[in-house]
Amino acid sequence: MSDVERTAEFAPASVAYRRNLGATWATQPGIAGWFSSVDHKKIGIWYIVTAFAFLALGGIEALVMRLQLIGPDRHLLSPEQYDQMYSMHGITMIFLYALPVLSGFSNYLWPLLLGSRDMAFPRLNALSYWIYVAAGLFMYAGFAVGAGPNNGWYNYVPNASRTYDAGMNIDFYSLGMIFLGISTTVGAANFIVSVLRMRAPGMSVNRMPIMVWGTLTASVAGILVVPAVSLAFLLLWMDRQFGTHFFDASQGGQPLLWQHLFWMFGHPWVYAVVLPAMGIVSDALPTFCRRPLVGYTPVALSTVATMILGFGVWVHHMFATGMPNLALSFFSGASIVITVPSAVAVFAWTATIWLGRPVITTAFLFFASMIVLFVIGGVSGFMTASVPVDLQLTQTYFVVAHLHYVLIGINLFPVVGAIYYWFPKMTGKMLDERLGRWNFWTMFIGFNLAFLPMHLTGLRGMPRRIYTYPDGMGWNTLNLITTVGAFVLAAGVLLLLVNVLASLRHGRLAGNNPWDAPTLEWSVSSPPPAYNFAVIPSVVSRHPLWEDRLQESADRSVLESGLVLDHGRETIGTTPLDAEPDLILKMPGDSYAPFILTVGLGILFVGLLLHLWWLAAAGGALAFAAIVTWLWPERGLAQLAEPGHV
Amino acid sequence: MFWFTPALLASPARAAVPLGYLSGFGPKADPVVMLTWGLLLISIVVVVIIAALVAVGTLRRRVRGGAPIALVPVERGGGGLRWFVVGLGLSGVVLVFSLIWTVVVLAAVNGPPSAATVTIEVTGQQWWWKARYLSDDASRVFATADEIHIPVGQPVRIRLIGADVIHSFWVPKLTGKLDAIPGQTNETWIEASVAGHFLGECSEFCGVQHAHMALSVIAEPPDAFKAWWNDQLRPATIAALSPEAAAGERNLVYHCGACHSVRGTGAGGTVAPDLTHLMSRRTIAGGVLPNSIGNLAGWIANPQSVKPGTLMPNLFLSGAEITSVTAYLETLR
Repeated sequence: MSDVERTAEFAPASVAYRRNLGATWATQPGIAGWFSSVDHKKIGIWYIVTAFAFLALGGIEALVMRLQLIGPDRHLLSPEQYDQMYSMHGITMIFLYALPVLSGFSNYLWPLLLGSRDMAFPRLNALSYWIYVAAGLFMYAGFAVGAGPNNGWYNYVPNASRTYDAGMNIDFYSLGMIFLGISTTVGAANFIVSVLRMRAPGMSVNRMPIMVWGTLTASVAGILVVPAVSLAFLLLWMDRQFGTHFFDASQGGQPLLWQHLFWMFGHPWVYAVVLPAMGIVSDALPTFCRRPLVGYTPVALSTVATMILGFGVWVHHMFATGMPNLALSFFSGASIVITVPSAVAVFAWTATIWLGRPVITTAFLFFASMIVLFVIGGVSGFMTASVPVDLQLTQTYFVVAHLHYVLIGINLFPVVGAIYYWFPKMTGKMLDERLGRWNFWTMFIGFNLAFLPMHLTGLRGMPRRIYTYPDGMGWNTLNLITTVGAFVLAAGVLLLLVNVLASLRHGRLAGNNPWDAPTLEWSVSSPPPAYNFAVIPSVVSRHPLWEDRLQESADRSVLESGLVLDHGRETIGTTPLDAEPDLILKMPGDSYAPFILTVGLGILFVGLLLHLWWLAAAGGALAFAAIVTWLWPERGLAQLAEPGHV
Repeated sequence: MFWFTPALLASPARAAVPLGYLSGFGPKADPVVMLTWGLLLISIVVVVIIAALVAVGTLRRRVRGGAPIALVPVERGGGGLRWFVVGLGLSGVVLVFSLIWTVVVLAAVNGPPSAATVTIEVTGQQWWWKARYLSDDASRVFATADEIHIPVGQPVRIRLIGADVIHSFWVPKLTGKLDAIPGQTNETWIEASVAGHFLGECSEFCGVQHAHMALSVIAEPPDAFKAWWNDQLRPATIAALSPEAAAGERNLVYHCGACHSVRGTGAGGTVAPDLTHLMSRRTIAGGVLPNSIGNLAGWIANPQSVKPGTLMPNLFLSGAEITSVTAYLETLR
């Protein structure tokens, strides 16, 4: 029987079959595997580790700034150093930590959650990771040579133009962001196709975990809005390097064009860095409450609704630019209405705790406290939605407090909770719960100590982005408290690192399902085999591992027997809505092409930065060669014939 | 919150927290202060309610005694829907109320209650504010820097221009922010209900010395305001200068006059603050230093050490030159 007309049989997995699969899917050992692996689990963990490295860098920058601001008239940093420090802090946390860390969890978890063996485009997955690393290094290269971005993460023109910022600072940022945009875009495309085509048979859209809804929504938004910011940075780079006048008012350009392009991207991006994290809470919190999430459907729909409304609120970053009242009222209204879908999630989580039987673990503490932090960040956002109030709040430390409750409260806290929750799956070892409690309370107290009083600092009028402040403004004590809190928070994050390192060596063995959780990833061993699922499971509910206890239907998901696929790397493709089995997908093996393509693109961008056009051309040629190698049809992947049907 | 009038907070807050906006002093600020307090109280109540629900919900039925999680039964209880109905119902009412209040306040502060009596063209530039008092009578137009005088109880129109990059005009106790953007003119208005000194700051990052771009609004009774304006129109007197001040005048014209103006002398530069009545101002260098002879001398000797990155260059004047220039500046009252 040729591969092409083959129909997969439905059977349990034998030992020999598993051994064969293990050999087929294994990444090659050693250094070669580092640069060629396409295993979504490895890439996911690399993403998480890299994002935490950037978190540490951004955190150190924050601590240095907090030392400068500990009291009035301090001069640890020069004004220029401070400007680079706060700019890199924002860029690092928003672009190099917040989204990539969630991409890491999604990369690791999606195929396991969805009952598949890999993402739709494994090599694209590797490419997305490598470009993320390269773009991060590119931007940090500027910082390392004293020419880091120095105009804030939203980088308004004309202060970013060559007239007012003559060095290479903004060029590092512009090209770095265009580079990073490639990573985000290919990553998002991969998520979207994966969710539409790679779910286990029976996992219809209304059975997907909420985290999948969150990442799917964030990915669709990414595809739609990243072009706006890439375009903005391209135009800026051309203004700076080739004398175009897109943003130059003296030559008929328009400075506000930058703000519109940036915030059309920037605001949806904020939702993109919280929706998957909210999904993590929606999926993991119920495990510790010993019941399914209250209101799956409203939460899934409100995830999507948040993003749709999120496309219509960007102007609330521009209330002070002198707009007509009608426009102000519209965007004010939209920004207030967007509270509603967020409130849906808050009520769902609170009700889940209230109606469940909470088992208090470290992960639970991170998730439950996140609800409160989310509400604090939410109500301060609601205040900034009101135009007359925002005209006072904006550009003060009130907004700084708000955005840290959003990013730390809704991203970092769920992420650390997710590490406590899924670390056993990823490594086979449990994190230490006792150290975990210390970890949680240090972070929780430090964070609130640093940022709750900061609201008052803002209400007392302290502007953002000032490298020092005079005595007598009523800010001294508040700033001292914030600095102390920041160091306590940093100590808390350090405890996480200690716990991870200690538990990797001495942690208790986890077993397949240490939390007795309901979803598919817990049905496989910890850590999972390279091929994830020996046989592709068939799913009949949202909680395949809780069906016997919930007794909500007579049907049962089938995990032990399933479609047997072992003619090379294979998994199953299903239909987009109902997840009916559709065809056998031939998955590509390890490849150096994504890494080499990244190197080529990196050289290209360095050439553009330095105006070394020959170098840019060489990088482009290398990238092109990598693409050709990548796309060269392979018989093993059935790219020379039709794939088989199930 | 309606019984909470800003007057309760008036003087102490103003002294202790010069940029705070939980108190205001005029028809533009007052409704916004009220709205800010209102939304703040709503926000605090919401946080307290949800925090209590989470805390009580966690403790109420928690599993005690460290039983293995797998032994805790899994079941789907009922009653979840009620949370959405009640929660969203309450939130909806509060949100609609807040939105209506917002729009009402927005309309109320959109324009001044009566026609503006004075129009000031304020130009934000790196890193100081130029204020030009406009008049139909060209002989009554003049420019000053960093300090804006206004008459108490009268609305004043502010016409905002960005000279180089984007700056933002903000005097928290009188008005919220409005950006000064190159290529467009924005208009707003302010009115102070009491006499006094109101501090402002640039509130859009505008480069390396964004931290030092302060602005002061000095509200004074209409008569005093009129006298001040008339006084500002006067050119500098160069008669009856001491020999040292006369030397200082020559030095100033020679070394400073390409950027600064002193009306009535050969110094006619327009890119830096007008110095004609420098000594009538409280601060120098964008609010960095109190205006005193010692500070002026230090500033002229080495502006880059006082305000690193300022566009005023180090001029490397000799000690004698500096002394003469400050002696002359002292006459510019």
